[in-house]
Amino acid sequence: MSSYEDVPMETSPRELTQNPLRKIWMPYRNGLPDKHIPQRKVCMTNCPTLIVMVGLPARGKTYISKKLTRYLNWIGVPTKEFNVGQYRRECLKIYKNFEFFRQDNEEGLKIRRQCALTALNDVREYLGVEGGQVAVFDATNTTQERRNTIMKFADQNEYKVLCYISHFQHFISPKCTMFLCVCVGVCVTSCLFSQVFFVESVCEDPNVIAENIVQVKLGSPDYTDCNTEEAIEDFMKRIKCYENSYQPLDEVVDRALSYIKIMDVGRRYLVNRVQDHIQSRIVYYLMNIHITPRSIYLCRHGESDLNMKGRIGGDSGLTSRGKEFAQCLNHFIQEQNIRDLKVWTSQMKRTIQTAEALSMPYEQWKALNEIDAGVCEDMSYEEIQDHYPQEFALRDQDKYRYRYPKGESYEDLVQRLEPVIMELERQENVLVVCHQAVMRCLLAYFLDKSADELPYLKCPLHSVLKLTPVAYGCKVESIFLNVEAVNTHRDKPENVNISRLAKEALFTVPAHQ
Amino acid sequence: MAQTPNKPQVRKRFRCDSIASVPQFTNSPTMIVMVGLPARGKTYISKKLTRYLNWIGVPTKVFNVGQYRRDAVRTYKNFEFFRPDNEEAMKIRKACARSALSDVGTYFMLEHGQAAVFDATNTTRERREIILSYAKDNGYKVFFIESICDDPEIIAENIKQVKLSSPDYIDCDKEEAVADFLKRIECYKVTYVPLDDDKDSHLSYIKIFNVGSRYLVNRVQDHIQSRIVYYLMNIHVTPRTIYLCRHGESELNLVGRIGGDSGLSPRGTQFAGALGKYIKSQSIPDLKVWTSHMKRTIQTAEALGVPYEQWKALNEIDAGVCEDLTYEEIQANYPEEFALRDQDKYRYRYPKGESYEDLVQRLEPVIMELERQENVLVVCHQAVMRCLLAYFLDKSAEELPYLKCPLHTVLKLTPVAYGCKVESVSLNVEAVNTHRDRPAAPDEPPCALLAPPSRHTRVQPMASPTPTRAPRLQDLGVTSLSLEVLQSQDTTERSVPHPFGIKLNLNNNQFSFSHF
Repeated sequence: MSSYEDVPMETSPRELTQNPLRKIWMPYRNGLPDKHIPQRKVCMTNCPTLIVMVGLPARGKTYISKKLTRYLNWIGVPTKEFNVGQYRRECLKIYKNFEFFRQDNEEGLKIRRQCALTALNDVREYLGVEGGQVAVFDATNTTQERRNTIMKFADQNEYKVLCYISHFQHFISPKCTMFLCVCVGVCVTSCLFSQVFFVESVCEDPNVIAENIVQVKLGSPDYTDCNTEEAIEDFMKRIKCYENSYQPLDEVVDRALSYIKIMDVGRRYLVNRVQDHIQSRIVYYLMNIHITPRSIYLCRHGESDLNMKGRIGGDSGLTSRGKEFAQCLNHFIQEQNIRDLKVWTSQMKRTIQTAEALSMPYEQWKALNEIDAGVCEDMSYEEIQDHYPQEFALRDQDKYRYRYPKGESYEDLVQRLEPVIMELERQENVLVVCHQAVMRCLLAYFLDKSADELPYLKCPLHSVLKLTPVAYGCKVESIFLNVEAVNTHRDKPENVNISRLAKEALFTVPAHQ
Repeated sequence: MAQTPNKPQVRKRFRCDSIASVPQFTNSPTMIVMVGLPARGKTYISKKLTRYLNWIGVPTKVFNVGQYRRDAVRTYKNFEFFRPDNEEAMKIRKACARSALSDVGTYFMLEHGQAAVFDATNTTRERREIILSYAKDNGYKVFFIESICDDPEIIAENIKQVKLSSPDYIDCDKEEAVADFLKRIECYKVTYVPLDDDKDSHLSYIKIFNVGSRYLVNRVQDHIQSRIVYYLMNIHVTPRTIYLCRHGESELNLVGRIGGDSGLSPRGTQFAGALGKYIKSQSIPDLKVWTSHMKRTIQTAEALGVPYEQWKALNEIDAGVCEDLTYEEIQANYPEEFALRDQDKYRYRYPKGESYEDLVQRLEPVIMELERQENVLVVCHQAVMRCLLAYFLDKSAEELPYLKCPLHTVLKLTPVAYGCKVESVSLNVEAVNTHRDRPAAPDEPPCALLAPPSRHTRVQPMASPTPTRAPRLQDLGVTSLSLEVLQSQDTTERSVPHPFGIKLNLNNNQFSFSHF
């Protein structure tokens, strides 16, 4: 054992101080944070990743791009999609017909190549300067030549410097000013190359293709002044133009590439050389999503005793109005007559009491429990202001990242809810009976809301949100079940300074007992 | 269809089953059927997957048909036995497969298993049809895992690693054994029909090519299959070592208080220094260091002088209202809670806190990432380390909360063959003992009398049940050596596991409030 005792120690441990907003321990020197310590999340990226879509038109590439982008952003990985078709439309204001896409249309080819290059330059800007971690390059990319161009682009090793900047960007985003200095002279990870991951969608089923064209292509700006049949015909010809030169990813030729091939909308997948954590997560996500029509119903538990008293957290039961809501929810669900409805609750009394009224089986998830307010559990906002005025102000400054002492932040909550989202993607009709903060996080995923908007989304008691996936997004219907309840939504007050008056801090607190 | 008397009954599920950290996976049990030529790592995958599923709370067992054959035919002569034209042998092999199949049925029906891994070559369409129709008759789901490998080096390595120590070749010289085994593979090649992308497109399966360089995944049916696929896509066989240790002794450790977020004691700081030297002395390529979000693990990692990452998921078990208390104070303030915890430490949840069961769910992403990574040092906490260790050493839910993870000791885990070698390295810095054994309860009847063979919740990791037949030699050889150090005290001191009846009451209680 003595052999390693001779090795001299070069570093002596530094003092740790807890960051007041996020409650993270970090080493300090001369009163300033000493370095950036990476935090583990559901999705981790060390290098910027370029996701490249491959496939003929109307194979769901844009659907996958948008959905994946939404998921990654929600989970905390800054992601943006770059739709080359959009660049083409901007460059060429008017679309005449499929002739533009013919292989022998040299003018057309030139414009298209130019658009792809412009998009790639924007990718470079995004991953380099704007702090993006993942870029989704949404185009057909059906030829080897085009894919080689992209690979070459990615191999340019200027990312080493750019990666550094991306971490810097990432860190100044919290509004807490003390973080500004964190990154000076520090780079956590350096990577020479950005990773490229191909996502190819292969589909032979004419019904699926036709459905896709009707759903999304007819609404495209290319066909605004066109009758339906003409548009379909033109689009089919457009697909033909690509078919001639289409070279799918090849098991032999492309064996060195990292890719997933999705066949027939997820009936089969071929996964080749997954390189890192984020690619593995992306594969897992893509293997869990489906396009079967369904609805997701989100609601909170019925009004609870602590809601009435204007206190947060706790594990109280329902008020009489809360119980009335549970009954109304039952009627509503019966009326909707939903096939194979799954009901999920948290492990808290108020959601279980609500679900008990439903006369159907339900499942409890611990992950659906309300945000843990730590030392502020069971307190009213007035009491929090009284006991922890500084904490209260910090929360108002950055509600998404603020972590309650011995509790959680919305950011933590999103990480905790990731398995719920993954399972919601797998399932069909589901009713989730949850809590205010939890419902905000789930809703933000479906409606693509930013971290700044998320903690202020309106999720009133006794209202059901019905979410139905349509085309590239989600239709939302809000149904109030006509049972009165207290308001629990507290807007961001104007003054968020630590030195503010109690009156200013409590200005937006909703009325309660 | 006429009901045969010995047909398994439809398994009823009660609402109390759904008390779990995550929703139930599936109602009908799943047969996981391996496909592939010999020496393609089928047994490796079977055992590893079984260990994972048990740990996350899906009761799973491996059924190795080769083992049935060895039990039926005591002495193995040579490859001739496996020739497709050896009718006598073929009869025996079929009977073994059938007998294993019926044991799968028993496992699902009587032992409340939820997944069974059917580990055999299953290289012919005919054999797979038999399995499929058996599963269909009984309402089981079937998921095939085919391992395809054409890299002779990988195959040779596999033969060397696990086949030479097989009981079949116990009195054989190495070269003869290799030659015989290669001929055995040839016997299978004659009749091998891989899963076909067109003909078998209605089946659910994953094909793994050359130890994970490529995967083909077809018709994933449910949550559990999706988890299996994700797991298989994350494991690798590159040699590596995982180091587990706790933070250095903390101020609260010194005063015998649990939880909290205190800093290191002077001895704890000394340990952090010693850990730094130890890690340097090991000169580990590309070592990743992970800590929790708690001050004591971060202080420990700070002394290493290498970059590290913080995981919230690695935080110590949340003791809820008992945080910062001593055991004496818990006994004084919450005597009932304290007793309940001793009765079923794995499932007991602190008021406003967590159970070990919760902890395992929280740690699942950590295990998944550990599988992906190569050399990692995890600086964590007592309860967290117990959960991680239980995964690597295949410990049951009963054993898990009592695993010995002393302060100032590093456990070095090295994957070998089908298991994990453990070395326990004490860094010679004194520390308080924080291990509290389960108090003996002499008046409690032994659990065997009271405990039904069933399990009440779905998320209950149980270690892979003991093999149906006598264990293979290499099984004994793999983990036993260094494990003894860890276990010796454990097994002697630990008293009877608790009877299940109490848990049932708890379940009822938990439910009763929701009815009123």
